[in-house]
Amino acid sequence: MLNTEPNIASPDDFYEALIALHGNLTPEQSRAVDARLILLLSNHIGDAAVLRQAMARARQGIVPAGHDAVLAARA
Amino acid sequence: MHVDYQSLRFEYRRSPDQSAAAVARHPVVVVGAGPVGLAVAIDLAQAGQRVLLLDDDRSLSNGSRAICFAKRTLEVFDRLGCGNAMVEKGVTWNLGRVFHRDDPVYSFDLLPEGGHRRPAFINLQQYYVEGFLLERAQALPNIEIRWENKVTGVSQSADAVTLTVETPEGEYCLAADYLVAADGARSPIRKAMGLESKGRSFRDRFLIADVKMKADFPAERWFWFDPPFHPNQSVLLHSQPDGVWRIDFQLGWDADPVAERAPERVIPRVRALLGHDAEFELEWVSIYTFSCLRMERFRHGRVLFAGDSAHGVSPFGARGANSGVQDAENLAWKLALVLRGEAPDALLDSYDSERVAAADENILNSTRSTDFITPKNEASRAFRDAVLDLAKDCAFARRLVNSGRLSLPSTYRNSPLNTPDDDGFEGAMLPGAPALDAPLADGGWLLDRLGGGFTLLHFGDAAPAAQGVRVVNLTPGEDVEGLAARRYDARPGTTYLIRPDQHICARWRRFDPAKLRAALDRATARVPEMAAC
Repeated sequence: MLNTEPNIASPDDFYEALIALHGNLTPEQSRAVDARLILLLSNHIGDAAVLRQAMARARQGIVPAGHDAVLAARA
Repeated sequence: MHVDYQSLRFEYRRSPDQSAAAVARHPVVVVGAGPVGLAVAIDLAQAGQRVLLLDDDRSLSNGSRAICFAKRTLEVFDRLGCGNAMVEKGVTWNLGRVFHRDDPVYSFDLLPEGGHRRPAFINLQQYYVEGFLLERAQALPNIEIRWENKVTGVSQSADAVTLTVETPEGEYCLAADYLVAADGARSPIRKAMGLESKGRSFRDRFLIADVKMKADFPAERWFWFDPPFHPNQSVLLHSQPDGVWRIDFQLGWDADPVAERAPERVIPRVRALLGHDAEFELEWVSIYTFSCLRMERFRHGRVLFAGDSAHGVSPFGARGANSGVQDAENLAWKLALVLRGEAPDALLDSYDSERVAAADENILNSTRSTDFITPKNEASRAFRDAVLDLAKDCAFARRLVNSGRLSLPSTYRNSPLNTPDDDGFEGAMLPGAPALDAPLADGGWLLDRLGGGFTLLHFGDAAPAAQGVRVVNLTPGEDVEGLAARRYDARPGTTYLIRPDQHICARWRRFDPAKLRAALDRATARVPEMAAC
């Protein structure tokens, strides 16, 4: 079960560290840092159900406005 | 003796069927003399069935096609009588290595334990595979092969399928009880029947070059992400017999498929990998895009689709030809039983359900690999690169690196032919699983002992008196290393019922003739499936 209740001891310290992590980075570099961070934390959590709940909450309310580079195939 | 299978040409011969007063009827016609069609034909013929095999061409495959043949496929070839030829000619390998830029990031041993007759993989050009299968087929008197016989029309009624066949001497008609369409990715039979194979294509292009050279790379699968010699793209290297190497360069979607095929474009790419003084010849060059797709159903009445005609995958994972051969072994015994009147036609429905599920498993694996190799959006690229970066020092990330999850046979978990377990068992040999091999005291192998046909594998000192099946009794003394007992979680009295395609369909802790009878009925669709309650 995904814990969405307060769980971080010093929220302001955490938030500052998270923003500092991206200091002076280009959007591309930030993307790389975020991707590594998500992978590291996901492995740490490990629980597939929790990860799926977090993914669902993260995606909530976002209407897709892009498209994947895949094509329909017929033969 | 060296045979150049690529240059063999087979003669068209007029068949008496072409001038028969009435349309000639055959029990089963297989269309396509590729690995799948040949495997179906041989398997049927070994079961005593007369087979007519039609091919629209007069030669075997040439150039760069399937090269990686998996352990299970080799075990099928063993049963078909040509496994040794394949393994003797092929390059055996078990190890895969993945590099990111210059650094090794991940490696996998596909057969980490001993006690198997066959390796995880051999690499062997498709024309050799077809050549060895063809030689086996030609040695079987009940297979007739007609070259330059192209099926142009198919129609079916309740009791027959009728084909229109075009030859150099004009058209003729044939009737058959069943038609196996192993006629390839562009399947003319699928088209003639107005059917489709659907899925998705990946926006990427790959240059596949087969290069003849002397090289000291080991017989392993090497895969690079973003190597210095081909920046921002991936490269795959595989060893083949006769000093031929398969090199697969990712080019990206914007690459010009015509220009990139030109030797003056290909040679510098190969030199960048091999070094500037490397001496090599180009054997074959082609540019591909890849798709994952399948037909909705593989059975359409009396027509059964097998191999590429039924489903297609990207090549990462070697799941194309291997799954096609597994279609063949799944279909052949069922067709043989139905044609002999020993099982109802409904048994063929299980070909559809089992192999559609297998195709979905292959497509899932192949799609995941291709999504890793060819990221489909900006985020997927970022995560892919993050995985490769973390893989250097974080063990968990190495498990996420996906350069292809290599072909393993499917377990038919939900097959209606399985008898659910009553007794407790551990391990991988659950109903629906392909039987695992083990070494025997006489130097032989368990899978050879099982052979084809329904077989009761009994662990104990004496064989039980079972009817309607062949019994293989394995004493503790014969199971030299105890591997069979371990792999089958066997105790004295443990009994497995194994299908002709060497998949498990039932198992018990103690032999019981009534349970065996019921399991045989179920595995041959002789009883309606029990409703779940």
